[in-house]
Amino acid sequence: MTQTSAKPAYNMTESAESSAMGAMETVLKPPMPSGSQTVLEAPLRMQVRNLDFYYGKLHALHSVNLQITANRVTALIGPSGCGKSTLIRTFNRMHETVRGTRLEGEILLDGEDVFAQDVTRLRRRIGMVFQRPNPFPKSIFENVAYGLRINGLPAARRGHLSDAVEHSLRRAALWDEVNDQLHKSAYALSGGQQQRLCIARALAVDPEVLLLDEPCSALDPVNTAKIEELLFHLKQNCTLVIVTHNMQQAARVSDATAFLLNGELIEFRPTPQLFTTPSDPRTEAYITGRFG
Amino acid sequence: MNLRMLWRKSVNVLMLSLTGLCALVAISLLFFILGYLAYHGGKDVNWDFFTKLPKPVGETGGGMANAIVGSGKLLLLAALFGVPVGLLGGMYLAEFGGRAVPFVVRYTADLLNGVPSIVIGIFAYAVVVMPVHHFSSLAGGFALGVMMIPIVLRSTEEFLHAVPRSMREGAMALGASKWRTISSVVLPAASRGILTAALLALARVAGETAPLLFTAFGNRFWSPGWSQPIASLPVMIFTYAVGPYEDWHRQAWAAGLVLLGLVLVTNIVVRTLLSRGTSPPRS
Repeated sequence: MTQTSAKPAYNMTESAESSAMGAMETVLKPPMPSGSQTVLEAPLRMQVRNLDFYYGKLHALHSVNLQITANRVTALIGPSGCGKSTLIRTFNRMHETVRGTRLEGEILLDGEDVFAQDVTRLRRRIGMVFQRPNPFPKSIFENVAYGLRINGLPAARRGHLSDAVEHSLRRAALWDEVNDQLHKSAYALSGGQQQRLCIARALAVDPEVLLLDEPCSALDPVNTAKIEELLFHLKQNCTLVIVTHNMQQAARVSDATAFLLNGELIEFRPTPQLFTTPSDPRTEAYITGRFG
Repeated sequence: MNLRMLWRKSVNVLMLSLTGLCALVAISLLFFILGYLAYHGGKDVNWDFFTKLPKPVGETGGGMANAIVGSGKLLLLAALFGVPVGLLGGMYLAEFGGRAVPFVVRYTADLLNGVPSIVIGIFAYAVVVMPVHHFSSLAGGFALGVMMIPIVLRSTEEFLHAVPRSMREGAMALGASKWRTISSVVLPAASRGILTAALLALARVAGETAPLLFTAFGNRFWSPGWSQPIASLPVMIFTYAVGPYEDWHRQAWAAGLVLLGLVLVTNIVVRTLLSRGTSPPRS
């Protein structure tokens, strides 16, 4: 939890990182020897260590260890109530907005303890997209500009703002659909467009990590496909973590997949391996549809 | 079987007509009152009514310009006092309070809402009029403001609660502080409801007579500043309606019509304006 304990751990990671530098272009490698949680050969962006989480007396996460690789998509799958949303919400400390929660363990972003940071700055670095599109009751333009304005970023200055908004909307593949109606209410958009607007809003502050909590569960297949394609482009500049209850989606979009069950991380491996040769019988039971 | 069907059908018809009839009574009352007022007071609502002071007793004619302006001033004071207190108190209940405190505040607000308006008048008399030894528009505005507080407070709380949690999370996930989230996202999302409620509260106290009887008192002339007794439409209606002169009765009807008309017009205009704004879907 303290900075002193985090420091040596970070150095360790760095050395592991540099040794893998040459293989960075190779996305997937055989799984590491048991005991290690490193799954993909690329620099690490986030680390979760021995994370325990409680809602009051309910023990929701049991000593979870997870490593999030930079510029990759990490998927969290598992049946309803397994704790995947709870886990992703601890990354940007959104769990603190709920009363009566308690957390033990460590979460590091680029080697720094997230709990030692200013929460505003942290949430600017780790963006989030939610299950249901949640645009603000403002215009499309103002929705995207919101994060820039409240964080007082240089891009919020007059003259730069519209460029920044356009850039974010382009990144979220929404610009062509909305460029002539930027000052209309965000509620005039369809559900799928609203969700891409929320992605644009999150991207506007240029986060290092983007958390997506079941971003397609309220969308139809066409819009789901659009967002999945978007994720593929976004990971060039951003690290993505996606919670999904849809295994096909995890298989399509992610590089590494973690399977959670009853608050435990059962298995965390490169996506193709998790889905073809799961090592844990519970994972196999889940992905073959025997429960959940 | 057939008998049962017949029974069901007749109960259905009976209840349908009964509920329909009551709905009809509810909506027709407004139009009935409006029509009645227009019938009795319509003739006397003329240019003089809006621009002239009341004539001395015995002379006919004159108007209620001072009472119309007076009501406006009293309502302004009431809004200046009642809306901020109700709004911020409601925000505390909805956003910051724990469990016990909001319960007490909510309960107290509901009780305050039930306090008879004449009692609020006496209260305002005791705390504002007595210390300075004279009636004033400030005292009247204070009494009306007190009446607005519980209405604004409770509806602010309700409309803030109606803003979906996901919208707050969206703002907080971008790094907004709690206060920033409330002021820039939650409050705008609830603003239409809160404004409507504040307006309805204002419309409700616009017609209050009892709290004004011994606070604003009344005045047959203009009331400069804020510390003089001041005329208001409801008190004028009361005074004129119980007065012995035929001319006064007709002016009382006219004042009633004007008061109701002003309240209705304000309501309709504000609602129309607000409905054009950006508003979130109800969830």
